[in-house]
Amino acid sequence: MQLSEAQKKRRRSRSIAIAWALAAMAALFFVVTMVRLGANVMNRPF
Amino acid sequence: MSDTSLGFTRSEYESSLAYGSGDVGDFFALMKPRVMSLVVFTALVGLVVAPGTLHPVIAIAALICIAVGAGASGALNMWYDADIDAIMQRTAARPVPRGRVSADEALTFGTVLAAGSVITMGMLVNWVSAALLALTIGFYLFIYTMWLKRRTPQNIVIGGAAGALPPMIGWAAVTGTVSLESIVLFLIIFIWTPPHFWALALYRTRDYERAGIPMLPVTAGPDTTRSHILIYSLLLAPTGLAPVFIGMGGILYAVLATVLGVAFVALALRVYTRRKGREAEKAAKKLFGFSILYLLLLFAVLLVEHVLDGLTVTGA
Repeated sequence: MQLSEAQKKRRRSRSIAIAWALAAMAALFFVVTMVRLGANVMNRPF
Repeated sequence: MSDTSLGFTRSEYESSLAYGSGDVGDFFALMKPRVMSLVVFTALVGLVVAPGTLHPVIAIAALICIAVGAGASGALNMWYDADIDAIMQRTAARPVPRGRVSADEALTFGTVLAAGSVITMGMLVNWVSAALLALTIGFYLFIYTMWLKRRTPQNIVIGGAAGALPPMIGWAAVTGTVSLESIVLFLIIFIWTPPHFWALALYRTRDYERAGIPMLPVTAGPDTTRSHILIYSLLLAPTGLAPVFIGMGGILYAVLATVLGVAFVALALRVYTRRKGREAEKAAKKLFGFSILYLLLLFAVLLVEHVLDGLTVTGA
């Protein structure tokens, strides 16, 4: 299937939106993990 | 779809049918952003009035999950209802009937968001609120959209439970439980839903009729619908006051709930008595508009009272 220029442009904008959503989700998981662990994040055996 | 009365032309429609036509805005529209905002607001109130504390970051995570879960419900509803959405004037410009997003894309989008929001809620907040979120999405899709909507005039009475669950999810995000207070918040929205949608259906009857949706004005006629609206309004007024009796609402809430409840019944009475012509349509439109304001104000006052209480306690 041959996509038109407009369709390619829209697909690119969708891909960028998906990338942002995934990055935001990763950031959310990271921040909540930090909040839940609190100071215990440093408490681990070496 | 031969003219531009629905906001788009036939050539626009045909050229957009190919895969990958939708832009980000179309997918956002699939999530029913206006419904989503009301869902997030009522969930926020449940979250704030619940006893106990929740770290602000986790509270924000909970609200994001609820918003995405609500968006998933909207997308899945638009996937399943694309055929009747195309017939109804109010919904014909939605992304799927318009051909901007294919039904398969809407289904995939909704499924990914539904699974993602529930799993994220469980992992980041707690599994009780995640289970309630899953119940909300499932109820809206399977019970309301697939089963009741096209079969019974009681569709929005029973299906209204899905829209009433968000404050319960917010409450469970903090407490990890379901309790009487959250059930009261659920009941307010549950009883509010029928008169809200029947007021809309009264002046959109032809639309529903054409689409074959058995809304009460279509199956039982406008006069029976008016009686039902009045009965539910009479039930809603005291239900709106219930938070006062269980200690969840204060004096400000009691006063506002009384005034708003009386106004709701007065507008329902106007719908009941004005049965013909433009006056009847005007009365139904007024009740529909006021019903949104009613719920918004009632929950806003609960929110304000609890925020002020929190500030007083912190100040003391």
